[in-house]
Amino acid sequence: MKYLLLMYADESIGSNWSKEELQAAAKTWAEFRKEMSSSGVLVSSSGVAPDTSATTVRVRNDKTMITDGPFAETHEQLGGYFLVDCKDLDEAIRWAEKIPTAKYGSIEIRPLWSPGS
Amino acid sequence: MTAAEQVERIFREEHGRVLAALISQFEDFDLAEDALQDALVNALERWQSDGIPENPGAWLTTAARRRAIDRIRRTATLERSLPVLDPQLFSYDEHEMDETQIPDDRLKLMFTCCHPSLALEAQVALTLHTLGGLSTQEVARAFLVAEPTMAQRLARARKKIREAGIPYRVPPADLLPERLNALLAVIYLIFNEGYVATSGDTPIRGELCGEAIRLCRVLVHLLPAQRSAEARGLLALMLLHDSRREARLTPTGELILLEEQDRTRWDQAKIHEGITVLDEALALYDPGPYQVQAAISALHTEAATPDATDWRQIAALYDRLATMIPSVVVEVNRAVAVAMARGVSEGLQMLLRLESQAEGFYPYHAARADLLRRSNQREAAADAYRRALDLCGNRAERVYLQRRLDEIEHRVDE
Repeated sequence: MKYLLLMYADESIGSNWSKEELQAAAKTWAEFRKEMSSSGVLVSSSGVAPDTSATTVRVRNDKTMITDGPFAETHEQLGGYFLVDCKDLDEAIRWAEKIPTAKYGSIEIRPLWSPGS
Repeated sequence: MTAAEQVERIFREEHGRVLAALISQFEDFDLAEDALQDALVNALERWQSDGIPENPGAWLTTAARRRAIDRIRRTATLERSLPVLDPQLFSYDEHEMDETQIPDDRLKLMFTCCHPSLALEAQVALTLHTLGGLSTQEVARAFLVAEPTMAQRLARARKKIREAGIPYRVPPADLLPERLNALLAVIYLIFNEGYVATSGDTPIRGELCGEAIRLCRVLVHLLPAQRSAEARGLLALMLLHDSRREARLTPTGELILLEEQDRTRWDQAKIHEGITVLDEALALYDPGPYQVQAAISALHTEAATPDATDWRQIAALYDRLATMIPSVVVEVNRAVAVAMARGVSEGLQMLLRLESQAEGFYPYHAARADLLRRSNQREAAADAYRRALDLCGNRAERVYLQRRLDEIEHRVDE
């Protein structure tokens, strides 16, 4: 089963980290990426640019409305995703809890939906 | 027992096991449930004319398997489901089969129903419905919600199990302790829902106690012995609490405190079993909060009179419990035990230190009121009873608190 692991966190976290803290975080990330890519569960992943870069599009009565900012203003913002292929929800949860941002943000797990599933 | 009641009892007892076997085989919660419902309807008709079969569980499993296969064929998903249609399926003979041939997969089903990704209320409803065999209507009545609401809650939970890929298995060793705790919490919640029920549909809610005990027995039976200490602790705790059920309310529904209960009305068979189960748990040397609470309950039941209660030991057990599951509830009970063991003033001082955390918690004020009353501080006790009454929503407890307040006010006036 494919699961999308969506990383949400307060974007401002990390902005005042010291050099040592940033280095430690980079190391943690590198180790995590290595573990995930060698496990074979990873389908794809990416970070997304900050909230300030977001644009929201809606089409109503054939009219396109474009607004600045994300769909929902929330306390924690989408920072990136991992698409993983796991045996079941428990395996997806195990990967979610290993994502470094889970320690201060939240990981939302969404199974990919397919018609008839 | 009438024939209809007998059939009903069999349905309840066999429901979880048959359903679990069907889910294992067809890997489809909804299909299993629908097939079992068909089989139950069928059984109701057949058993009335032919009598109850020797192995009702095997009968139901065979009938439900056939219904499941019929359904698969009908819904034209035959191709997708071919792997499960092994030829052996068609060769089961309900007369040759006995229970020992049905794999007991209820443990898997329990862990699926109590998966932490389901809302707690959904976990409780699913557990009662699938494992306890309670109908949607019965679960709805037990939790005081409308039947369509409960039907929706159950359907949504099953949908999530399927769509989110919640596994149907006993969790691996590293996950087991955490998941087992969640499962025990659901069983205890079902028990308490029945135990504190004093309003609404009392008979069905009281039945929840029996249902929780039955589920816990199944759990103890199926868990590896080395992992079962806390499950045994919870079973002992529920049996010991339940032994006092008849003695804890007056005919008009007023709460009777432990020290005022007629101890001859305690159920000795349940006490005996509770203590035996607790001893088995303690022998596993894997301590936990349910075992400690059961030990406290056992000390109460072992006292022939309230004065004979071993409060020192109880206070020591509350010390232990406070380190395992720190909470205001435990601290309030601990203070009361200390008051009984080492004097009211020491207990009262402990209680007062809790004030900032416990101000909005009625048992805190009720405990404070009782200790103040015992130390003859009537005005302060009356104030505390009033504060407890302001906060308490449970009818039986309110009647008790009001009676105490009336007694004190009466004496203060004199």
